[in-house]
Amino acid sequence: MGIRVEHITKRFGSFVAVQDVSLQIRPGELSALLGPSGGGKSTILRIISGLETADEGRVVIDGQSVDHLHARARNIGFVFQHYALFRHMTVAQNIGFGLEVRKAPKESRRRRVADLIDLLGLQGLEDRLPSQLSGGQRQRVAVARALAPEPKVLLLDEPFSAVDAQVREELRRWLRRLHDDLHVTSIFVTHDQSEAFSVADRVFIINEGRLEQSGTPLEVLDDPATEFVARFLGEVNVYDGRVHEGFLRVGPIEVAARDVADGTPMRMILRAYDLKLWREEPGVGVVRRVLLLGDRVKVEAVLDGAGPLFAQFPRRSSLLKGIEPGCRIAVEVSTARLYPLPADPPGP
Amino acid sequence: MSDARPDPFRTRWLPRRVALLALVVAWMALLLFVPLGSLGVGVWTFGPLAVLDQIGEAGGWPALGRTVVVAIVSVVLNGVVGVAGAITLVRHRFWGRRLLDMLVDLPLAVSPVMTGLAFLLVFGRGGLAEPLLSALGWKITFAFPSLVLATVFVTLPFVLREVSHVLVELGTDEEAAAATLGASSRQTFWRITLPNIRHGLTYGSTLTLARALGEFGAVLVVGGAIEGRTDTATTFIFTAVDERHEPAAYGMALILAALSMAFLVVLERLKRRQARET
Repeated sequence: MGIRVEHITKRFGSFVAVQDVSLQIRPGELSALLGPSGGGKSTILRIISGLETADEGRVVIDGQSVDHLHARARNIGFVFQHYALFRHMTVAQNIGFGLEVRKAPKESRRRRVADLIDLLGLQGLEDRLPSQLSGGQRQRVAVARALAPEPKVLLLDEPFSAVDAQVREELRRWLRRLHDDLHVTSIFVTHDQSEAFSVADRVFIINEGRLEQSGTPLEVLDDPATEFVARFLGEVNVYDGRVHEGFLRVGPIEVAARDVADGTPMRMILRAYDLKLWREEPGVGVVRRVLLLGDRVKVEAVLDGAGPLFAQFPRRSSLLKGIEPGCRIAVEVSTARLYPLPADPPGP
Repeated sequence: MSDARPDPFRTRWLPRRVALLALVVAWMALLLFVPLGSLGVGVWTFGPLAVLDQIGEAGGWPALGRTVVVAIVSVVLNGVVGVAGAITLVRHRFWGRRLLDMLVDLPLAVSPVMTGLAFLLVFGRGGLAEPLLSALGWKITFAFPSLVLATVFVTLPFVLREVSHVLVELGTDEEAAAATLGASSRQTFWRITLPNIRHGLTYGSTLTLARALGEFGAVLVVGGAIEGRTDTATTFIFTAVDERHEPAAYGMALILAALSMAFLVVLERLKRRQARET
């Protein structure tokens, strides 16, 4: 069941939470809404589910407009950030609730609950109350409850944010496997890029209520459409300059700027891990510090005529040979991106 | 302890501790134990059976019965109105909500005697509602309905406030979850909201009951404490003292005190159970 979100806008008072966002989600895909907190991702999810109504625009599920339908009639499974399990009901009662309110026959209800308990590995917890479960278990109960009425679509709001890092990793893999088994069209919200890229088929990057970019994880990573996306996806170096004869030059770095008029101000963004540098005299810069970040190493340098430069390498990279504070380096830029300079550049 | 160095803090402040404890005990005795105790002693010296007889002779049992009925009706009415009002005030946004929210506490702020007087002015002779009431043939003031009316008003805030606090704390996630699972608003209320607010509801109802049993000023003004028609347990005590029927007054007061104690125990248990479940 595909989902189409067409030009939705949502305001809360004078605050615009979602601004003219359109999304196209293909049937059976697992998509991620990725972006910083407070950017409107959850609001989009709630509008799709019918828990909020958009001020403008419409939501189409499986070719049918659902705007006139109440949340209860949309048959969309929703997993809440803090799970929202019914605290006075046992695990089995929680999972069975959606079937019970639809007056499903008792026997089929019992079977469906038992199947879901098996599917989600909750055996032995049927009679526990939510307060007697761990975070990861609550999460799985919430997913089982949402899946019980066989929803057309499954929406998950920050599904991994309330569990600790170790459990989170496991739950990600588990969600991906579950999706591969069930193929329910699913959307989850996250502010963690590694979560989005490791789990989702397709990523929608949302910032300040607007859609910045959509695509597969590779497309977004390799070709960030906006400066925001480029900055959001990891550490970057930012240099501003003016185009001269088809090139933007900043210190020793030179990037082709085709079809841009001379004198146009542009911003160059270099990802910290899209750089090569090695020890060389006289070189184009000097190393200031070398920081160990677990399995990666970060080199802080100063480029002649351009300013600070940050680069990251795997810890065992041969490029790091001889790199130490004070040494001169050469730099090679494999990929750089140019963006129009904002009219009002942000302060330091 | 046979420790060579006793706790210096303890030793040094011991006299003060004793003095503080003595002060607290004396204060409690003055305010609580002596009056309650003397009630008990009073009843005991007259003889419990004689006291019961005297209450009966002075017409105390119907008065107590009236109080109990009024209290139960207040609990039921304010239970329903309190839950509905709390949901309206907490879950909905409408024009005038803040004002309404403020007015809910009015019964706690104004003197019950004033409340009674206000009801007299509305429902009594020459009052605003008189034409309507006489057309219907209803009599409210100086009759049983006035007791209910006054008590319901005075006890309005308890359930509403308790349930409001619980609703605010609960948030709307569980109700939203029920909706996405296909529950109608009625199903959501009965299956999710009501079970979640049950402790607040019971707590508020117990407060309502206790307050309703003890209400005096409003029911006196609006009902007139007419013997055999509008006198209640509290106005009975007042009249009995006035007419020098001390044993009956002591007895009734002791009964009300015992009921209050029982409610305190219930409230304490509720609080503890609530703490356990959250």
